[in-house]
Parts: sequence; C-alpha cells; structure tokens
Amino acid sequence: MASPPRLTREKIDVVELLRAASGPGLGGTSIFLGTVRRSEDDGPVMAIEYSAYSEMVESEFEKILTEARDKWPDARFAVQHRIGRIPLGETSIAIIAATLHRTEAFEACRYVIEEVKARLTVWKKEIFEDGSEDWREGRERSADSS
Amino acid sequence: MKVRCRLFARYAELAGLEEVEIELPGSATVADAVSRVRAMLRGGELIPKHTLVAVNHEHSPMDQVLHDGDELALLPPLAGG
Repeated sequence: MASPPRLTREKIDVVELLRAASGPGLGGTSIFLGTVRRSEDDGPVMAIEYSAYSEMVESEFEKILTEARDKWPDARFAVQHRIGRIPLGETSIAIIAATLHRTEAFEACRYVIEEVKARLTVWKKEIFEDGSEDWREGRERSADSS
Repeated sequence: MKVRCRLFARYAELAGLEEVEIELPGSATVADAVSRVRAMLRGGELIPKHTLVAVNHEHSPMDQVLHDGDELALLPPLAGG
C-alpha cells in the first residue's frame, strides 16, 4: 500500500496515518495533531489558508524523518501537512510516531513536530469573519502554539 | 548567469508575482541576488535584506555562491504546523 502523501489538500485521515505507522513490535504510539484555532489575541479567525513551497516540504520532511530514524531506529513515522483553506477546528498537521515503548514515542513525536515548526516551508494566512486576511508570520508565541 | 528566483506567501503578494528570472555576474552570492530582487520588484524593499532563503531546496546562508540555473527561494518567516 502506498504511503499517505506528506502534503495534501484533503482532510487529514488520522486512521490511515496510524495504519501507515503501525508495526507488530511497536507498542507505543504518540500522535500530535495541530488544529486551526482562535484565541483572544488572534481575533475572530474563521479559517487559515496554508500555502507551501511544495518541493522543499517534501525534501525537508524526508530530512527530518531521517534524523528521527537515526535517533530512534525502531520507530515508524507517518506525517501529513494539509494546505489550502482549513476551517476552524480542523486538523492542519498530523505527526505519528510508533516505537517499542511509550517514552520514545513521546520523544520522537515531539522531535518531529518541533523540527517541522522550525524548518518546513509552509505559511499561513488568517481569514477573519469579516473577510479580512492577515499573514501569520513571526509571531508564533511559544513552542506550545499549534 | 541566470538564476530562477521564487517568491512565496507575503513576498509573492507584495511583488505581485511568484517567480522571476534574474541575471547576475559570475560568483554572485545569495546576498547579491536578494539585493537585486529587492531593487527590481514592486514592494521589494519590504523584503528584509537578511530574509530566509533556500537554494535548490536547501536552507542556505547569505554568503553562498550561486551558479547558473540555480533556484533561489525567498522565504518569509516560516509558520507551518
């Protein structure tokens, strides 16, 4: 079965990704889902439009996963970033790390999402209820922001 | 030499285009190319001199020497996830 694409315009299918990352010896699986949200600081966001430098997303995802496999050789990963207009409450990114035990699963999943946040050539534009738009760049407030 | 320069997200919106070919002298660096793009494009002065860049799909420093046919990408601050 072909691996799920790493960049998609469709809704993210977490079950399909879980299937891609599963293995008979892998007893711990960690899932990170980034979801389009609004906060008091952001104002009335109704969607986020994601765009990407697609060719570089593919190569950078590959590098990040190669690094992660070097650190956790037994792990299997599945990753997918959605682009296009994503409504409030829907998933923009999914990272799945399946390892032998839970500790490595959490660590590996955390490693991949942090590297993705720092390196993946993806941009987002907030779409507000009144129809106005604003590029959201350089104001990610913390590593806990999705 | 000729370098294909690609613009994304806010930079593309500022310039009103996503791609431009620029002519540079041999041994020109990324910094030289960014200066050229800032000067030649509408809204180019709003692109930071030390913007993130990639050459041939690799994150790259400003002093990297370019070669004929390279693809240079000017990258606004990343915001994936």
